[in-house]
Amino acid sequence: MIYNEEFETLPREALRALQVKRLQQVLERVYHSVGFYKKSLDTAKIKPHEIKSIADMSKLPFITRQDLQNNYPFGLFAVPMSNIVRLHASSGTRGRSTVFGYTKRDIDTWSELMARSLAAAGLTKNDIIHNAFEYGLFTGGLGFHYGAEKIGASVIPMSGGNSKRQIMILQDFGPTAICCTPSYALHLAEEGKALGIDMKSLKLRVGIFGAEPWSKAISAEIEKTFGITALDLFGLSEVIGPGMAMECLEGRNGMHIYEDHFIVETINPQTGEVLPEGEEGELVFTTLTKEAFPLVRYRSGDVSRLIIEPCRCGRTHIKMERVLKRSDDMLIVRGINIFPSQIEAILTAIEGLEPQYQLIVDRAGALDSLELHVEVSDKIFSNSGGVKELQKIEKRILKDMKDYLGIAPNLRLVEPSTLKKTDAKIIDKRRI
Amino acid sequence: MKVEQISVFLENKPGSLEHATRVMRDASINIRTLSLAETVDFGILRLIVNDVEKANKVLKDAGFRVSKTVVVAVEVPDKPGGLHSIMEVLSKESINVEYLYAFVEKSGQNAVIIFRFDAPEKAIEVLMKNKFTVVPGAQLYEF
Ligand SMILES: [Zn+2]
Repeated sequence: MIYNEEFETLPREALRALQVKRLQQVLERVYHSVGFYKKSLDTAKIKPHEIKSIADMSKLPFITRQDLQNNYPFGLFAVPMSNIVRLHASSGTRGRSTVFGYTKRDIDTWSELMARSLAAAGLTKNDIIHNAFEYGLFTGGLGFHYGAEKIGASVIPMSGGNSKRQIMILQDFGPTAICCTPSYALHLAEEGKALGIDMKSLKLRVGIFGAEPWSKAISAEIEKTFGITALDLFGLSEVIGPGMAMECLEGRNGMHIYEDHFIVETINPQTGEVLPEGEEGELVFTTLTKEAFPLVRYRSGDVSRLIIEPCRCGRTHIKMERVLKRSDDMLIVRGINIFPSQIEAILTAIEGLEPQYQLIVDRAGALDSLELHVEVSDKIFSNSGGVKELQKIEKRILKDMKDYLGIAPNLRLVEPSTLKKTDAKIIDKRRI
Repeated sequence: MKVEQISVFLENKPGSLEHATRVMRDASINIRTLSLAETVDFGILRLIVNDVEKANKVLKDAGFRVSKTVVVAVEVPDKPGGLHSIMEVLSKESINVEYLYAFVEKSGQNAVIIFRFDAPEKAIEVLMKNKFTVVPGAQLYEF
């Protein structure tokens, strides 16, 4: 079902015209209200009114995650705080985190995009939606929640964790749809199996998954285990949250990007050069309607390919393939984005510790396992040489990882020689 | 009257301890006594050796994390109640023992107990006052 027939099926030419008009408005607005954009456009010697077509966009400078962090917390907001009704944030210590603000209208836009996404999965007010995305600063939980309410469905705000209770509710409340990370779905299936429950006997008929890379093979496994249709959803918290692009039930090949709200470009991550549509590259997003936290040419770091062929569902919006690669060193573990620099920041902040570490990611069963090896620094050991002191450091590392990044790795203190064997800070053994 | 102990950080992995003992053998370091403190993911090897400075250097050069810790060695007759007599005094004086380990002298007559105290100076004072034999480092290294 198409939630917003008018905009989702707008002929491409009209869609392009709408994009250009909205782009010009966005450029004027950010140029005059956000210091960062004024500076970056001035440096590039370009004025907002000189951008007259989508092709002209390549003249505009990019904004990167580093720029977002440099402007922590509110430096990129385009409206005064009194107009902001919601704040979300990425994980990370101060200066490594990013805060996203929303006006009332931004929340409405986001809710509509999520409503479109849920409708594309065939969901209506007659459905019960089990939402196991984390509620909180992370955009997943509330993003789905507002969309589900918008289509009038009955939403179960489960949030993450507590698998046994999740399974009880899946059995007793009889939801017809589930939303979570693909690995969490597989984890629930494993828990269910251990309890002797056939997940196919549940009332679920469709699942919407996202927030981490997942292959077609995992999708097939989820479909088989639950007896459901597993659909892919894309969203970036920096840009708006979940609901930037959604796989349609009819096409089952790529996710439609809501082009009346975003412009997507594909670039060569090395040169920054714009690639022809359909070539694999880093996705770059520009928001067209966001008020509080507009982004112009945001380098997502996600590598994918655009699908330009028309879709049989009738939507005219371009599609993107699922994201399986990154152009940077970002790691997604259990749906949480982690950068090596964030781990370094945590370790460096601990007195005497050096950022000598290795993070080993693997998949044990359905869930990612995370092992963090941290070198015992000479300073720390020379000062104490005691068990208690080292255990205190271990506790501190674990607490900071949990508090700032939301992950609980298996921690091991290691001798320097162990880390010297390889230069790699991150070892990803998962086969996605 | 204090004794210097060498502590070596060991990761819980096969060959870690062997590597440390090999480095010391190659440098002709004689180990007087030792103990190993273990946790789930790491261990700390505590050693009394004949040449503290040399052991410290060769282990560091081999890439180990090493530290020197001040401990106190007390000699007691190797018979029932030997350790208890010390603990009684320490307890009465509220002196906290972080850890201890022991070995029997070559003669077999006496045991030497190695103590790690929060406040070694005060502990030595109390022990001497109570007529215990505190063994000086130099004597212990040459044992
Ligand atoms: Zn479609």
